[in-house]
Amino acid sequence: MRSKLIEFRNVSFRYGEEQPWVLKDCSFEIYENEWVAIIGHNGSGKSTIAKLMNGLLFPQRGEIFIDQKPVTPDTIWEVRKDVGMVFQNPDNQFVGTTVQDDVAFGMENRGFTRTEMLTRLEEVLAAVGMPAYRQTEPHRLSGGQKQRVAIASVLAVSPQVIILDEATAMLDPKGRQRIMQTIKDVQHSKDITLLTITHDLHEIVQADRVIVMNDGQLWDEGLPREVFSKKDGLKEIGLDTPFISSLAEELKLAGISLTQEPLNHEELLEDLWTLHSRT
Amino acid sequence: MNNALVIGQYVPGNSLIHRLDPRTKITIIFFFVFIVFFANNFWSYAILTVFALASLFTSRVPIRFILKGLMPVWFLIIFTFILHMIVTKEGTPVFNIFTFTVYSGGILQGFAISMRFFLLILVTSLLTLTTTPIEITDAIEELLHPLKKVRFPVHELALMMSISLRFIPTLLQETEKISKAQASRGVDFRTGPIKERVQAVVPLLVPLFVSAFKRAEELAMAMEARGYQGGQGRTKLRELKIGKRDIFVYCLFIGVVIGLLFIRN
Repeated sequence: MRSKLIEFRNVSFRYGEEQPWVLKDCSFEIYENEWVAIIGHNGSGKSTIAKLMNGLLFPQRGEIFIDQKPVTPDTIWEVRKDVGMVFQNPDNQFVGTTVQDDVAFGMENRGFTRTEMLTRLEEVLAAVGMPAYRQTEPHRLSGGQKQRVAIASVLAVSPQVIILDEATAMLDPKGRQRIMQTIKDVQHSKDITLLTITHDLHEIVQADRVIVMNDGQLWDEGLPREVFSKKDGLKEIGLDTPFISSLAEELKLAGISLTQEPLNHEELLEDLWTLHSRT
Repeated sequence: MNNALVIGQYVPGNSLIHRLDPRTKITIIFFFVFIVFFANNFWSYAILTVFALASLFTSRVPIRFILKGLMPVWFLIIFTFILHMIVTKEGTPVFNIFTFTVYSGGILQGFAISMRFFLLILVTSLLTLTTTPIEITDAIEELLHPLKKVRFPVHELALMMSISLRFIPTLLQETEKISKAQASRGVDFRTGPIKERVQAVVPLLVPLFVSAFKRAEELAMAMEARGYQGGQGRTKLRELKIGKRDIFVYCLFIGVVIGLLFIRN
């Protein structure tokens, strides 16, 4: 049995007394070294989940455990050591005046020695593919590069979990692709639990498990392939299905039987060109 | 666009002055500003001028940058020169302009005071020309460190300064974006009477302020998420080091001060 790293127990949250509940009685678990994607349309409560995990917000009801520790105002500094976060806006999370200052910011907060900082700095900048930009100022970087710096600064303090809260939402398609690639590389090379929060179905393909949020509640949980197959339901809660899924749907309606729900072009192609030999 | 985004007047370089510890530069300039007022004869001015010019030449900053820094104060220098020339009534009368008699002492006095101005501006602009704003911030944090005992928020002040420096280019870019957006909606920033042009700034400032506050809020959250809890127990990546060259420059400066005190009347 894999060990639980994050646990939500009947968590409910609202921003104020008179406000509607943003999260309603949510319970789920996230295990060590897995990649979980949380997906949902705007206002489904997915970003609130991220902030609750980091102690930036506290639930009114229910409990949250990170690595067996409950998240309370007394434990937030411990929790924040374990949980790193990358936010949506690349500009508004860049604290330092240069790349190296920004990557060092988290390490400085935790009182790392200078020699330790220098070794880690080199390591994490190499991990995100930006070793040449150490002295660069933020306004000379593209949005995607800034997000890679943000990932590096989170990696530098070696947390157990990294949460990417819509980290690719403000990037162009190319920048988005490179960030996803960076994330994948990082997950392969380090033992790290990954939690990506998104409203884009394309980004859940590589995840190990998907949690679908709707209106503050857990709507579905499963493998990406399983989630993709529930097209009507997804459409109902306001999520666009990717083109490949819609195409597969139409093919099925036209009487062409596919062996499995395709996740990308290659899988669909594989299915189609072997079709003749199967029938 | 890159040109407009250079913060301050820093001229990159690798000279002795550039590589000095910023604390050394700030303390020396601080005391230099004081001792300029001790100079009161030809040789005392000469020794200070030599010191200032020598630092200028070792810094290898092009002279035109210094002249650019002097530009806004030329008027002040000339004005004080004329004022002293007219008002001081010492020495022998030299010539008359209108109803004023100009004395030889007045001309000398005018020269001396203008020289003081010139030296002050030369030396202080040398600091900003050879030191990056962030180095100056670090140096101020270190120099003000003793004030922590009286609960002066030194660390917070330095952090505020460095975050402002980091966001200046971002906000400049944003201003440019908003002004273009407003111009495309028909706001005219360039022409018309001054009153209208001032009013045209309002639709520029309001969105800028709104977004700046939003940025501040998000930044605060990001900083907290990354474990920021004030200056306590914090280490620093950027490091200031007093080296041999700093000690050498300190000795040189003390020599100049002692020399000055001997030479002055």
